[in-house]
Amino acid sequence: MGDTLLKKVWDLHTVRQLPTGQTQLFIGLHLVHEVTSPQAFDTLRANGWKVPFTDRTFATVDHIVPTKERGRPFLDVMAEDMMTSLERNVRDFGIRFVGLGDIRQGIVHVIGPELGLTQPGMTIACGDSHTSTHGAFGSVAFGIGTSQVRDVLASQCLALDPLKVRRIRVTGTLPKGVYAKDVILEIIQRLGVQGGNGFAYEYAGDAVDRMSMDERMTICNMSIEGGARVGYVNPDQTTIDYVRGRPFAPAAGDFDRLAAWWKSMASDANARYDDDVEIKAAELTPVVTWGVNPGQSIGVDDKIPAPAGASDPKAITDALNYMGLTPGQPIEGMKVDVAFIGSCTNSRLSDLREAARIVKGRHVAKHVQGLVVPGSATVAKAAEDEGLADVFREAGFEWRGAGCSMCLGMNPDKLVGNQVCASSSNRNFKGRQGSPTGRTLLMSPAMVAAAAVAGEVTDVRELLK
Amino acid sequence: MKRITEITGRALPMRGNDIDTDRIIPARFLTAITFDGLEKHVFEDDRKSAGGPYNRHPFDVSSFQGAAVLLVNSNFGCGSSREHAPQALQRWGIQVVIGESFAEIFFGNSGMIGMPCATASPEDVAALMDLAEREPATQFAVDLGAGTCRAGGLTVKVSLPPKVLEAFATGAWDTTGMLLDRFDDVRDTAKRLPYASAAIG
Repeated sequence: MGDTLLKKVWDLHTVRQLPTGQTQLFIGLHLVHEVTSPQAFDTLRANGWKVPFTDRTFATVDHIVPTKERGRPFLDVMAEDMMTSLERNVRDFGIRFVGLGDIRQGIVHVIGPELGLTQPGMTIACGDSHTSTHGAFGSVAFGIGTSQVRDVLASQCLALDPLKVRRIRVTGTLPKGVYAKDVILEIIQRLGVQGGNGFAYEYAGDAVDRMSMDERMTICNMSIEGGARVGYVNPDQTTIDYVRGRPFAPAAGDFDRLAAWWKSMASDANARYDDDVEIKAAELTPVVTWGVNPGQSIGVDDKIPAPAGASDPKAITDALNYMGLTPGQPIEGMKVDVAFIGSCTNSRLSDLREAARIVKGRHVAKHVQGLVVPGSATVAKAAEDEGLADVFREAGFEWRGAGCSMCLGMNPDKLVGNQVCASSSNRNFKGRQGSPTGRTLLMSPAMVAAAAVAGEVTDVRELLK
Repeated sequence: MKRITEITGRALPMRGNDIDTDRIIPARFLTAITFDGLEKHVFEDDRKSAGGPYNRHPFDVSSFQGAAVLLVNSNFGCGSSREHAPQALQRWGIQVVIGESFAEIFFGNSGMIGMPCATASPEDVAALMDLAEREPATQFAVDLGAGTCRAGGLTVKVSLPPKVLEAFATGAWDTTGMLLDRFDDVRDTAKRLPYASAAIG
């Protein structure tokens, strides 16, 4: 019986079994940002601890940064305080940091891969639940809280319990207008937002094999929305080709040796899984969330569900009330006020290209505010160089600087009142986008682009004809 | 660290499945470099929407003020990894959470700060919630070692994974010291990694 990638990576990084029964796991890469780290650094200071593995630690700033007025000091005094705190912490502890104005700055889950910091076979941790993104490279990546950030800073280790592995095979060919985002939204809808508790999700199947790294990242990114803290794809030639030549990739002389090792870390053909699920790609349609968690979604052709007969009718009623929707009503045609293309799920160059393809020669509807927020300054520059920024601007979108932006309401980009936002982000929780009554509809970047120009939820497949 | 085995106090029922950490503490309150004062904003936006048996949010019901035991349904604490969520609850006064199930990161974060999340059957959680709503002055006695919660005439089974229970019982729930304990082993592990040379210069 063979092993899964999870087991191989886990065993390689195991320092010892702890008295608590947990595994002490060495972390190969620790990514740090401004929100979940200040209290951790304070504890290190209070105890006189240092960061012993600064060569495995890398920091940036993303959650709080304004995407428009980026001059210092920030207008928000608290945000400025967080920024100066991070700057002081990385200086005091000797941690490599890329800040605003640096071409390498961006959303931590965009820049890790982009800079070649994220590599197959590694363990990766970051104080952010979307750290699962890095699993796209065949790493095992954990989202952690601040006490665990403290642990990794001080010891480069985490105390963790083992995970089961569910393989999710996506087989066949995705129809035109159906994207990686639709695949993961469908997976979460079918398996539920709690379904992945205690599991790592291994995404496999020929549809995943054919996906680009950007697409694989979109899928792994939202593992946590299905309850799975870890999601990964086995490394293959696509992975190797992506990593080669990036700033922190292995040097040319060492690259082939490591690339061979990366491939050897992939799950064995006869590996045993705790569960196995198949999703048939050809059956999928563009998906839109209608509710207040990422599992509450339907195909764009479908109607809003009714509480009666559902497993948790109260949850459905509660979501319908919050969203202002009626059972049986189509989601297509729902008016939107804001269209947001960005976030660690969908702000990479290929996402922007696909959205630009939809909006080119069209214009954002009069009543809609359209925002495009590239995931990193590097993505922004590439998009500007190939003319995508102009396409968006000409179509009436605002073109902003890199950051988390309107995904989470920690910076000036927020919904107002009960605005409805077509969003390429990852969470439609109540109040998530910064207004306590704001409403989020999650969908692919292409679907957001389509909603922006139509002024309402619309089927992107029609615009691609 | 402190040993945590028995907790006694009144209970606060917070009904609903899949309550996410954005609801527990909205992101705008994370713009701070300490956890101080988070208790003032626990469920802040949620509390503006009236509902529940008192037509008021449970955290605004006067008889639940000062509660030490939080009762929840399934997948409590899903979503964002923000430790600010358990921090806000603990600073508000919650010492133990009893629920049908918890999201993985929330469960871990709560344990790290010494706020155990124990599971109970859906029927038992429902009975405890009903009791807390009917007779809010009832004292709930949670004995983690015995695996019980006694309240009024009820005794229900609550459980933690055995090793987690042991960590609370022995005070080993604070992990940093344990992880630093045999640091030579950590250095050895780092050295034997095939990618040991791939360091951030």
